[in-house]
Amino acid sequence: MDTYQEGAGSGADFDLTQFYQIFFEEAGENLDQMEQILLDLDLTSANDEELNGIFRCAHSIKGGAATFGFSDVAELTHHMESLLDRLRRHEIQPIPAMVDVLLESADASRSLLARHQAGGQGEALPTTDLVQRIAALAAGGAAPAPVVPAPAPAPAPAPAPVAAPAPAPAPVAAPAAGGARALHISIGPLEHVEQAGAIKDLFRDIPGLGTIQDLPDPAPGTRLFAVQTTSTDDDLLDLFAFHVAKEQVAIRPAGGAPAASPEPSAEETVALAPGAEAEVPYGFFNGAPGAPGTQAADASAAPGGAARPAAARQGDAKGGGAQAAQMESTTIRVAVNKVDQLINLVGELVINQAMLAQNSRGLDPAVHQQLLAGLADLDRNTRDLQESVMSIRMIPMSMVFSRFPRMLRDLANKLGKKVDLVTLGEATELDKGLVEKITDPLTHLVRNSLDHGIETPDGRLAAGKPEHGTITLSAAHQGGSIVIEVRDDGRGLSRDKILAKARERGLDVSDGMSDGEVWQLIFAPGFSTAEVVTDLSGRGVGMDVVKRNIAALGGSVEIDSAEGYGMRVSVRLPLTLAIMDGMSVGVGDEVYILPLSSVVESFQVNTEDVSTVAHGSQLVKVRDEYMPVIALERVFQVPRQGQDKPNEIMVVVESDGSRVALLVDELLGQQQVVVKNLESNYRKVSNVSGATILGDGSVALILDTGSLVRRARH
Amino acid sequence: MSVVGKPAEAAVSSGAREYLTFRLDQEEYGIDILKVQEIRGYEPPTRIANAPAFIKGVVNLRGTIVPIVDMRLKFNCAQAEYNSFTVVIILNLRNRVVGIVVDSVSDVMELSPDNVRSAPDIESAIDNGCIVGLGSVGERMLILLDIEKLMSSVDMGLVTAE
Amino acid sequence: MQSILAVDDSPSMRKMVNFTLTGAGYKVVEAVDGQDALEKAEAHHDIALVLADQNMPRLDGIGLTRKLREHPRYKTMPILILTTESSDQMKQAGRAAGATGWLVKPFDPNRLIEVIQKVIR
Repeated sequence: MDTYQEGAGSGADFDLTQFYQIFFEEAGENLDQMEQILLDLDLTSANDEELNGIFRCAHSIKGGAATFGFSDVAELTHHMESLLDRLRRHEIQPIPAMVDVLLESADASRSLLARHQAGGQGEALPTTDLVQRIAALAAGGAAPAPVVPAPAPAPAPAPAPVAAPAPAPAPVAAPAAGGARALHISIGPLEHVEQAGAIKDLFRDIPGLGTIQDLPDPAPGTRLFAVQTTSTDDDLLDLFAFHVAKEQVAIRPAGGAPAASPEPSAEETVALAPGAEAEVPYGFFNGAPGAPGTQAADASAAPGGAARPAAARQGDAKGGGAQAAQMESTTIRVAVNKVDQLINLVGELVINQAMLAQNSRGLDPAVHQQLLAGLADLDRNTRDLQESVMSIRMIPMSMVFSRFPRMLRDLANKLGKKVDLVTLGEATELDKGLVEKITDPLTHLVRNSLDHGIETPDGRLAAGKPEHGTITLSAAHQGGSIVIEVRDDGRGLSRDKILAKARERGLDVSDGMSDGEVWQLIFAPGFSTAEVVTDLSGRGVGMDVVKRNIAALGGSVEIDSAEGYGMRVSVRLPLTLAIMDGMSVGVGDEVYILPLSSVVESFQVNTEDVSTVAHGSQLVKVRDEYMPVIALERVFQVPRQGQDKPNEIMVVVESDGSRVALLVDELLGQQQVVVKNLESNYRKVSNVSGATILGDGSVALILDTGSLVRRARH
Repeated sequence: MSVVGKPAEAAVSSGAREYLTFRLDQEEYGIDILKVQEIRGYEPPTRIANAPAFIKGVVNLRGTIVPIVDMRLKFNCAQAEYNSFTVVIILNLRNRVVGIVVDSVSDVMELSPDNVRSAPDIESAIDNGCIVGLGSVGERMLILLDIEKLMSSVDMGLVTAE
Repeated sequence: MQSILAVDDSPSMRKMVNFTLTGAGYKVVEAVDGQDALEKAEAHHDIALVLADQNMPRLDGIGLTRKLREHPRYKTMPILILTTESSDQMKQAGRAAGATGWLVKPFDPNRLIEVIQKVIR
């Protein structure tokens, strides 16, 4: 068994922790690239460049992991590297099982790295099973028969974790057992216990998932099952997520004994060197140029050969060039907080410039001609600068779309469905802040399409459709918005079923509702009682939450469907969060800002058009419609000096399909405002979505029209 | 009218720390100078509805929205006037920037551990949990505060109660 | 002051090597792969040693060594290859290309300095 010098993290004077972050980022990129190539790999005609590319990714990660002392990652990637080495030398042929195990290993590496990045607490994912499978494939054999670990107590009483799905701060994945495990799964407490029946159906509908049997209820509202399955806990939870929330599922090994997950001890020396002899850490070639004892280098200054065009590899912190075939343009990496600071400073410049403009309004143009001309130039330059800077935060939708090929592949496999993913408009750009927030809702929509929309291959053939379903993701700019669509050619929504379910849930529906209104019902809170968990952090994302999240970003969702043909969900978002067109209104001595996009109209009100109804709430008649009135003065308890109430003005705002009339004193104007966060130093304030700085330097609150509209509904 | 808090010079005289001292009603308090970003005059903040009375609102501090807490109102001091002498200490704490209005700011004192003693049961408007000790210099008695803890406590209204 | 040309496609390794060597009193010129290294080698006249990772895209450490040896200024310059294996095959290839020696990765930073100081001051 060979050993080699382990990571140099403990080197005498050297603190290598300062390089960890660079390494984590670099390893992440290598894993991304590896995954990308693996997914695109054509097994029948894999070319050398691709195989070498994947090999180098694994090799690079291994080198860094070993150097910085992350031995678990080093070991796993070393095995991946060995398999990849044989592949690139054409000693073995690529088969799907290899792609699968390499993708899984990439995931495992990510998880191991994430744990290190978070400080190294908790249990590390055991990788012995993956390593065994890789080794077997590298040896040219088929994947080994699954090993069934005995559920009896472990020989060494290690404090093994109970495989409960607690949402951990770092994404700790459950142990990947290779063989069938006997589990007890309890589901509940549930409001409608028959939801657990849907879980049983999964085992019936999905071939190979395993077997499930009822056990006596452990508690009212809770069901218990005995399950035999080869799937991991995480896979099961993902699968169940469409029917019950993660928090309501508890998975335990049957027999109650702690699972015998064989963990490699952290101190275990890893055998990595392929050679048989012990490695000598360094050496010199006798008589080689420059070796100790030979002459110093000849310092002749003859000019060398032609300089080759530099094409530095992307990822160099100083600046990158194009990498041979793949990346498009020159990029530079900048920390996000630097960009945010830049945007802040430009925002202030905009405010200062607005102040100057305001203060100069009273000047006599004849006398101050040059000054005013200069200010006009400044105005233009500031706008251009602002646009430029805002565009720095824009990143292409491909960043959002990139996670879906993998996710769909895995999920389709599990559900036994066949699906192709088409993406359009990947180059469409979106503000970075939005990208982070749109990813979860989009993920939910895509999973929904696959789970509920796309039929099984048999079902599709029976319907005269091609066996492979198609899910299309597209993004495009439309005016000042970006429109993102998730389309599928599955079974579409059933109007009747939705109406029936809505009635069951006590929602107010009628047969005369238009299709559009019926589709919107699936967003209604209370329509679906199951909370679906889709993201790593364990947040619940039901369809109503999806809609609310999108509304919170200032966006909207629309559904279109044809039963039997498919469904389309369109999400419309403003292009950026940081700058908004606002309408300023005056209430008492205070100024409030309304998002212009939610303002429908405004008018001076006549008292006869306002009627008071129960509980003192008021309605105003606008043409043929009655809508609730919200007096901002009351909501924000604006102090009133003097009795003279100014003319009353109504501003109609719309959110979530509903309208409300806001009662204010006066309309002050429209302007572009820089949105500032109130919560960073203070806290969330109801009915307020942020703050901005006015031309005079004072702060004005930006109102959350969504919550004002919701308020009126009660 | 603002005075920038000086960056802490190495207060190295074996464990001595520097404190900014201010008055609230009859008492004099000291807080870690490292938490003080600057000292400003008072400007009327933008009111935030439904906030407790001692949170006057938010102001624009070079582009950042900063809440202003009037400590005199919070701790029921005799009077709270707003004039050209009113002083606001801008604190830069771990999670936030916040301004506090006090009666007056005195000076920066260096206190060595010998001058500080613990204050188990002192009578003070401020919760004892936030008092780290009593400092004495000559005739002056300073109540030393853990300003970080004080401002993060739920009843200060800056943090949402979980 | 002497410069060392450090070639590695991994940013974290480059940074680490740079930090290590700078701390030991050397100036460091970084290159991200073999091609970049050739350019930097041409442009800088104060290079006293080349430290190259073996496994890099487009032009690996050994390939780089071969090309550098064709350059008048680098004919007898110390060139060390950083490699994760020191098999006979690798050693043969290295020697044939004209490398001065090798150092196995991962290495203790102290060792890096130790080895370098055997060939330059």
